[in-house]
Amino acid sequence: MPGTTLPKITLPKIASRSRKSLAIVAAAAAVPMVLTGCTDNTKSPGASASAGPIQVTSTKTECKVSTGSVPSGNLSFAVKNEGTEITEFYLLAEDGLRIVGEVENIGPGLTRNLVITAPAGKYTTACKPGMQGDGIRAAFEVTDSGNKTVDADFQKLVDTGVQQYTAYVKDQTEQLVTGTKAFADAYAAGDASKARELYAATRMHWERIEPVAESFGDLDPKLDAREADLEPGQEWTGWHRAEKDLFPPAGYTALTATERAKIATQLVADTEELGKRTRTVVLSADKLGNGAKELLDEVARGKVTGEEEIWSHTDLWDFQANVDGARIAFENLKPALAQKDAALATSLDEKFAALQAELKKHAKGDGFAYYTELSPAEVQQLAALVDALGEPLSKLTSAVVL
Amino acid sequence: MSGCPFNHEPAEAPDGGTQPAAVGPHRRGVSRRGLFSLAGVGGVGAVAGLAAGYLSHDAVAAVAAPAGSGSNVVPFYGERQAGIITPTQDRLHMAAFDVTIEDRAAVIQLLKDWTAAAEAMTTGRTTGATGAVDGSYDAPPEDTGEALDLAAGKLTLTFGFGPGLFEKDLKPRFGLEGRRPGALIDLPHFPGDALQPERTGGDIVVQACADDPQVAVHAIRNLARIGFGKVRVRWSQLGFGRTSSTSRAQATARNLFGFKDGTANLKSEDAAPLDEHVWATAGTHPGEAWMAGGSYLVSRRIRMHIEIWDRTSLREQEGLIGRTKGVGAPLSGGEEFTAPDFAIKGRDGEPLIPIDSHVRLAHADQNNGVKMLRRGYNYTDGSDGLGHLDAGLFFIAFVKDPRTHYVPMQMAMAKSDKLALEYLKHTGSGLFAVPPGIKAGGFIGEGLFA
Repeated sequence: MPGTTLPKITLPKIASRSRKSLAIVAAAAAVPMVLTGCTDNTKSPGASASAGPIQVTSTKTECKVSTGSVPSGNLSFAVKNEGTEITEFYLLAEDGLRIVGEVENIGPGLTRNLVITAPAGKYTTACKPGMQGDGIRAAFEVTDSGNKTVDADFQKLVDTGVQQYTAYVKDQTEQLVTGTKAFADAYAAGDASKARELYAATRMHWERIEPVAESFGDLDPKLDAREADLEPGQEWTGWHRAEKDLFPPAGYTALTATERAKIATQLVADTEELGKRTRTVVLSADKLGNGAKELLDEVARGKVTGEEEIWSHTDLWDFQANVDGARIAFENLKPALAQKDAALATSLDEKFAALQAELKKHAKGDGFAYYTELSPAEVQQLAALVDALGEPLSKLTSAVVL
Repeated sequence: MSGCPFNHEPAEAPDGGTQPAAVGPHRRGVSRRGLFSLAGVGGVGAVAGLAAGYLSHDAVAAVAAPAGSGSNVVPFYGERQAGIITPTQDRLHMAAFDVTIEDRAAVIQLLKDWTAAAEAMTTGRTTGATGAVDGSYDAPPEDTGEALDLAAGKLTLTFGFGPGLFEKDLKPRFGLEGRRPGALIDLPHFPGDALQPERTGGDIVVQACADDPQVAVHAIRNLARIGFGKVRVRWSQLGFGRTSSTSRAQATARNLFGFKDGTANLKSEDAAPLDEHVWATAGTHPGEAWMAGGSYLVSRRIRMHIEIWDRTSLREQEGLIGRTKGVGAPLSGGEEFTAPDFAIKGRDGEPLIPIDSHVRLAHADQNNGVKMLRRGYNYTDGSDGLGHLDAGLFFIAFVKDPRTHYVPMQMAMAKSDKLALEYLKHTGSGLFAVPPGIKAGGFIGEGLFA
């Protein structure tokens, strides 16, 4: 087929994988503060001459904080564990109960940064060597630097965004279950043309919520494994097993009716199980932000290279769905992001729009052109826009959660 | 000399007759440094004063320490091949060759020719009897010349044999029936493998390591040239920035993810562990006894999705690796060389070193105690046409037996290592039996062809 191969892409179109990526997000969620190298407090007006991260040294018996008072803004604590047990550091509100920021799981000898935004007020610092008890506490003050601090409604905006996205995941999962049943029926009945027609559109519901769906490490390989992902002896089920059968390569031996029925039944059962489990998924702002980033990573790794749908070449459906999922997450967080980093919000708006406009050029009927119909220049243009969006999108989480 | 392939000219034999060359190491090859030293001493008119001064100085040095014994020379002959436990040089050029003929004698001759050329180049001399500039004016020079006036650069050349040397289309080649070692398996498909045939396999591999990339490239280029008509380069790989240290005298280097790589690597000082994990034994059937004292070389070209990695939070990066990015301490605490504590648990009840982190999955404690000696290099082969660097790690490891010392670990990593799942793609692969070292007067693989 003309125009199917990029000049310098010589990699075989074997699928890349991605799974369990949300597990990382889940781990991050345990500590809502994103640790970055930001040290805005070093630049704040009124900062002391010895500015830099606030040094915290935690030992078995002490919690030394290099200063007891800093101007408001982004605060950066460099917490060094000089003890022999795992330690934690907390910044607590004046009541000594509400956690403003925390950094957990600091192994002996290690240093971890805690970066948070704190308005002026009285606080308490606490180290917790051994992760036990109330910790070693001290008073800490944040003076008013004059920098505008975040709105009191900020947390509400975040919570609303998370609720909206949770509803979106639920809706997409329900549509996925319904669509999968229709697809599986057609496939099992031997109606290949109908199954082919339903294949890409139904998978879009999966691809929109991929980071959530992938968080179930047992279900993801059953539903979405590519042939190259398999280990010796592993049974191959799921979407891509059906894909190969519906869009067979040369020399391929078709599955029997019995084998097809088995694949179809399993696909529906696994998807229903997924639907059941996603109902209890607890999302948070960092999961949204990281999930959006991961969806763009998925596009960059597998879709824009044509590796995901190696037989059907319906990569652009997946591409669109990944972008949809990322955009919804971003838009749900946008009101909160606008308070923290309006420029980033604007930039992301523009870059989503540019990528969407380019994708739209390849729309055909209800769907898209096949990947093999794209010219090298068109693929390169899509890849450039994915990168242009992916880079600022990777800053969404820290911007909102900080 | 024209039309005379390297080392094929009749050489004077002790009995005064002629025979195919099995020439000793010091018979041929001009010292690259010596050549220029002579030019300096001789005061060749065209040589500018400054250069002449430099060269004269060099000549003095050459007298004091003749080529072949300098600190930048790694001995070629020995009980083991150089380039395995040799402290890792800075640069790599590795090439795998397909043997394109079926003539046993010709293959043996090639190995002899390569041995002589390798010995010459590792001691800083040119290849061939007349080198780069001393041959016939009307013939192409025997040595390609780009390493003239460069030091030996600690060049090592390490040779290995792939399964294809022993069998092709299930038929034995070169009379080597029954000589393929049991450990020289066909590697299984690992989940996620995206191997490109043109970057995979090969009948003979040559690993050239040097502190100067031009020296390493020169070596492979001249070996390829000597082999034309008998072997064809199947793939080759340039590497920069060693990603592991094989000696306690070396600092741990960083890979393209920015993390220290090879902290827990086996080191050349670890004699007993090397016997246990790196040096091959005589095997279980008589035909493979020639491998005693050799090793097995695993090569994997591992593309890194570095742009995606660069958009990943430090928290996630460290969790994926299981070490801190700065000092390289295990997340369980301590300094770089502190032993990881896989049991220590954090606030959430999860181990501080995540279950699916790279360090945990690769660690000997999780792999029946097996270790390997890694000699990987970073690589960048331009870009991929989509604006991303085609870059990653060219993984090289030497192991006693890949069935126990590589396959189980790689299978576990391919299945469970989040780093591998999300950020890596294996695009090339090779497994080679690396015979033991060569004595002066012998040739590489002599035991196999005995």
